[in-house]
Amino acid sequence: MKKRILIRGNDAIGEGAIQSGCMAYFGYPITPQNELTAYMAKIMPKIGGVFIQAESEIAAINMVFGASLTGVRTMTSSSSPGISLKQEGISYMAACQLPGVIVNVQRGGPGLGNIAGSQGDYFQATRGGGHGDYRTIVLAPYSVQEMFDLTCLSFELADKYRSPVMVLSDGVVGQMLEPIHKDDKNVERKIKDKDWILDGCKGREPRMVRSLLLGEEELEKYNWELNNKYKRIKEQEIRAELYNVEDAEIVIIAYGIAARMGKQAVKEARRQGLKIGMIRPITLWPFPEQIVGNIAQKVNSILVIEMSLGQMIEDVKLAVEGKTKVHFYGRPGGSVLEVEEILDKLREISN
Amino acid sequence: MKKLFSYPDSLKKARFSYCPGCGHGIVHRLLAEVIDEFKIREKTIGIAPVGCAVFAYHYWNFDVTEAAHGRPPAVATGIKRVLPDRIVFTYQGDGDLASIGAAEILHAANRGENITVIFINNAIYGMTGGQMAPTTLIGQKTWTSPGGRKAELSGYPMKISEALGQLDGVHYIERVAVNNPENVLKAKKAIKKAFKNQIANKGFSLVEVLSMCPVGWAVTSVEALRWIEEKLIPVYPLGVIRDKSKST
Repeated sequence: MKKRILIRGNDAIGEGAIQSGCMAYFGYPITPQNELTAYMAKIMPKIGGVFIQAESEIAAINMVFGASLTGVRTMTSSSSPGISLKQEGISYMAACQLPGVIVNVQRGGPGLGNIAGSQGDYFQATRGGGHGDYRTIVLAPYSVQEMFDLTCLSFELADKYRSPVMVLSDGVVGQMLEPIHKDDKNVERKIKDKDWILDGCKGREPRMVRSLLLGEEELEKYNWELNNKYKRIKEQEIRAELYNVEDAEIVIIAYGIAARMGKQAVKEARRQGLKIGMIRPITLWPFPEQIVGNIAQKVNSILVIEMSLGQMIEDVKLAVEGKTKVHFYGRPGGSVLEVEEILDKLREISN
Repeated sequence: MKKLFSYPDSLKKARFSYCPGCGHGIVHRLLAEVIDEFKIREKTIGIAPVGCAVFAYHYWNFDVTEAAHGRPPAVATGIKRVLPDRIVFTYQGDGDLASIGAAEILHAANRGENITVIFINNAIYGMTGGQMAPTTLIGQKTWTSPGGRKAELSGYPMKISEALGQLDGVHYIERVAVNNPENVLKAKKAIKKAFKNQIANKGFSLVEVLSMCPVGWAVTSVEALRWIEEKLIPVYPLGVIRDKSKST
């Protein structure tokens, strides 16, 4: 049965994790994601799950590594500076093909930055972030409903592809209160029967999970195997929302919180007679290249809006391949885009 | 006729890749014997470190993973909390445990995680070619302390077992050595106790093993045995550092 509840964005991630059967959460305090850690501290013991406030984000992600080895669904969360520390562990999880969910409720940066919602971590999230030749699936919620839904999806994808999955949110959606619909279903919490987990070798040969491959061309072969997986993900998992693109002359491309303002700007522009549409990538990696590329052929120009100095615009330009002009409007440092500013930019482009 | 001695089930029939005179092989075997004796091979999960023992999964015949440098205690925590009835141990060197992983070992110990830690102290980074470790002795020449370790530049040999022994979460810590048969037997006894504690849910146990690295110390295998006796043990005295079961 679908229930309607009023909930904060950060809590909705926790609720999504619990609905998805997450049995082990490891966190460390950092604003603006603290509600999520507190939510898990309250709920996990009630469902017989594991909650640890780790000594650092590095320890937290390595605890996720350990829990994931046993086959349970597991998660950690942090905000930008903390996500930098988790990159080592994410690289090792990608290498060992361990599923797990990493939530980044982004804040302004670089450095300590500020605690306002921001979109400065797109490069870090979509370019691997850590060392080595790997990819991380990245999902970008733009509402509290999607904080819930995409968290559920992230656990599914993590298991399906044996891969770390990042939910790339931000401080604004994290702190937002909105009503959401959620399924009130019975959750399966047992350890899944996976043929690679480490739970003691009773009745089978011992297993090893590792990432050091020193043999001649051993690592190259493994990298190609990983690449095949990344190809499958690209073929099957791309998600984007298209809004009023059919007759659009200009298309806005925005993800996450910036897409909220983008959508409002589209509505307002349409009222004023401008034919504007929007593409909202929901998977940032894999990026909806073909969708953007196809639409680029039909429109006069594209406006990328981001709460950053411009990071996703590089993926847009790669997808557009010069077929149309790509403009940018953004504000870094945790400043929120105003609808009026977006409209000004649209008027400037359309003239 | 009763069989008194045989190859441990918990060791694969593989050749160790360690240098002649290295202590790792002895400690691997002691661990395997202990795991056999407790009949826990099928419920044991080991965590190999970054360092010479990174290939431990080629030698141990049970489930093994490999953690990032210094992170085995965090990985062990994740495994043990989800599977509290399994036996989880970390095998870490001095660079791994006392340097890059100092925070992880300190907090796993302080939380009283019910795991066993085997800590190999050979006063050097072996795998990367013999650099100075936190445990390197004053005056000891290494690749990165070519004139010998100087306290004013690099601090002092770190007695991390004594530091960990101050924590209320710790159940048992003992320092042993593997430089002669008598010490090897004592080392086995300590390792056995550290596993027995975990089986009995007593909490965090750590055995520090002073172990030979003749290549890193630039001595012969035989000299390395004496080096432990004459150089290491005076700085790192053997014996029980903390044992909650002995305190009242």
